[in-house]
Amino acid sequence: MRVSNHSLIDFGRRLNTSGFAIPCGPFNVRIYSGIDHVADALHRLYSDFPECNPEDFIDFEIRIDPPSLLRRYLRPQVTLSCDGRQPFKPLPLAQAFPMLEWGLNWVLSSHAHEHLVIHAAVVEREGGALILAADPGSGKSTLCAALVDAGWRLISDELALVNLKSGQISPIARPISLKNRSIDVIRQLNSETVFSSVCRDTAKGDIAHVKPPAASVNALGHFATPKLIVFPKYSANVTLDCSPVGKAHALAELTRHAFNAPLLGPEAFETIARLLDQTSVFRVEYSSFDQVLPEIDRLWRLNA
Amino acid sequence: MAVKRVKRAYRARTLLTDILRTPTAISHLAKRDWETLIWQARAAELLGQLRHRLTTTVPNTDIPIQVARHLDAAWKIALLHDQAVRYELLHLQDALLEQGIPVVLLKGAAYCAQKADAATGRVFNDIDILVPKGALVDSEKRLLGAGWIPSHLNAYDQRYYREWMHEIPPMEHKNRSTVLDVHHTIVPPTSGIRPDPDLLIESSVRVDDPELLFFKVLNPEDMVIHSASHLFFGEFHKGLRDLYDLHSLFVQFSTNDGFWERLLARADELHLTEPVLDALSESSRLFGTAIPEDIFKRIEGRCGALSTHRWRGWLFEQALRPNHPSAHDSMTSVAQWLIFARSHWLRMPLPLLAYHLGHKALFRDAKSK
Repeated sequence: MRVSNHSLIDFGRRLNTSGFAIPCGPFNVRIYSGIDHVADALHRLYSDFPECNPEDFIDFEIRIDPPSLLRRYLRPQVTLSCDGRQPFKPLPLAQAFPMLEWGLNWVLSSHAHEHLVIHAAVVEREGGALILAADPGSGKSTLCAALVDAGWRLISDELALVNLKSGQISPIARPISLKNRSIDVIRQLNSETVFSSVCRDTAKGDIAHVKPPAASVNALGHFATPKLIVFPKYSANVTLDCSPVGKAHALAELTRHAFNAPLLGPEAFETIARLLDQTSVFRVEYSSFDQVLPEIDRLWRLNA
Repeated sequence: MAVKRVKRAYRARTLLTDILRTPTAISHLAKRDWETLIWQARAAELLGQLRHRLTTTVPNTDIPIQVARHLDAAWKIALLHDQAVRYELLHLQDALLEQGIPVVLLKGAAYCAQKADAATGRVFNDIDILVPKGALVDSEKRLLGAGWIPSHLNAYDQRYYREWMHEIPPMEHKNRSTVLDVHHTIVPPTSGIRPDPDLLIESSVRVDDPELLFFKVLNPEDMVIHSASHLFFGEFHKGLRDLYDLHSLFVQFSTNDGFWERLLARADELHLTEPVLDALSESSRLFGTAIPEDIFKRIEGRCGALSTHRWRGWLFEQALRPNHPSAHDSMTSVAQWLIFARSHWLRMPLPLLAYHLGHKALFRDAKSK
């Protein structure tokens, strides 16, 4: 059964009563919510996701709802709780869906310690993974969305989960989060891309989520082998600049982007070292997709 | 949460405490019970302790792989916390060493420094220390110089802490974001119970760890009395975890000759018999702590009729459940409110309480603990 096998009404009722469980990276998460626009966004963006089977182990339960009856009407707010804990302060009710997405990211980055969790987007082609690691605001998610639109398989737009044992990357394939001007940039790329409604004035500005392609969701069981690492940087009005990155520098940079490197200690070091043995690393600065997409194709052909 | 249960063999409400008490009972758990066990342990911050308890009593092969991954992740986090607390204590030692006055570690930091069983698998949220009241101003200055910045800077909160509480406002380190609570006594002076902090400091003992020789910890009896007072006068935020700490302390210290006798005498001396009785009864009820029968009877005799009131038992039973929906019932939110009210009632005389709550209602910016 997939999410899309349920009508929106039926799906919303399930969310509000017994909850609805879907895979989230290596975990299964059951989501509860009585908020209509959360049901609506989930039903639209997660439509190709499989529903967990009754015999599957559910690792986490997330509830996203107004904190009290009063808060439903008076300055409406929403809180997210996961197994008795509230990782975030309450937010305005209109931000419920982005909050759920941040909650699911939090579940992964705070618990998936069988993996090195790197703040990076990952796309896949022919079983090989391209890792895009960068600071927030560098255009990582936007580039990820453009690559997915160009036919790459979406592994994750936010978190690269590098398995400590196998060195392979675990797929997540949840919606891509876009901010501010990137939303229109990706919308103009392809009129058929499915978006959530735009959520204005969040802590990160305007936010919209892009539905992952069905093919990426259907391939959730297939791990990817790291082949190429790119540190992308979008800057307006620059000519394309691509330069190889030395292993030592890449090690330092990836360690900085790895959320659980302090927790894993030597395991993190070894995992990144192995990752760098398997891959080539480049820094790419660009100002348009016309520059960067062919360049990434070129790097991929030469190195993957 | 009304979830269609495929198969449940175990009573959900007491699942976590039942398994901590009798790990071999995992043989009765269905898959749905294992899920609930993990959720409850996560909510109660007892995952690391659960892992230690299970792996030291049952074969690893009896723990499902989907469960083991969460226990192992929690274990990694606990190891990191242990390391981080030690690292922080070294910094703290550098900051206060020259002051030359005794600094006593309390609660988690003390368990960690002493490598007590209560520290195994535990996570730490802050570091609590006790300094003599006369040394407070100097200690604060030195801590400030070493990068610990006081929080709660508005005038009301400063007054709340400094005049009415047993600690100064929490300090946070500017680079490492670690939180330090500096106490000058162990229960709020406004509660009417005023155990002499000098008595505790005089009887404190040096930490065993050669790297942390500057620090002292309360002696075993005082350590138990302090942890019990902190829990049973408080708001039970991490009630079950704190009670499990106490259980571990009881198990470890009861191997010392004459521990129970000394505990009773000391609790009498400090006028803190009641929280000790509460700790003993709740710990034995939930974790099956072995307590000599006559000790139990004698301490009960000293506390009088109050301790036997049924509403107290009911309140503690509710407050010591894991903070997870699977352990709640229709009365839990009422009980949680009562516990909150009770903790304030115990801490402050009524006129002061009315003033404090009035202030909090009128001035929203004044965030209290």
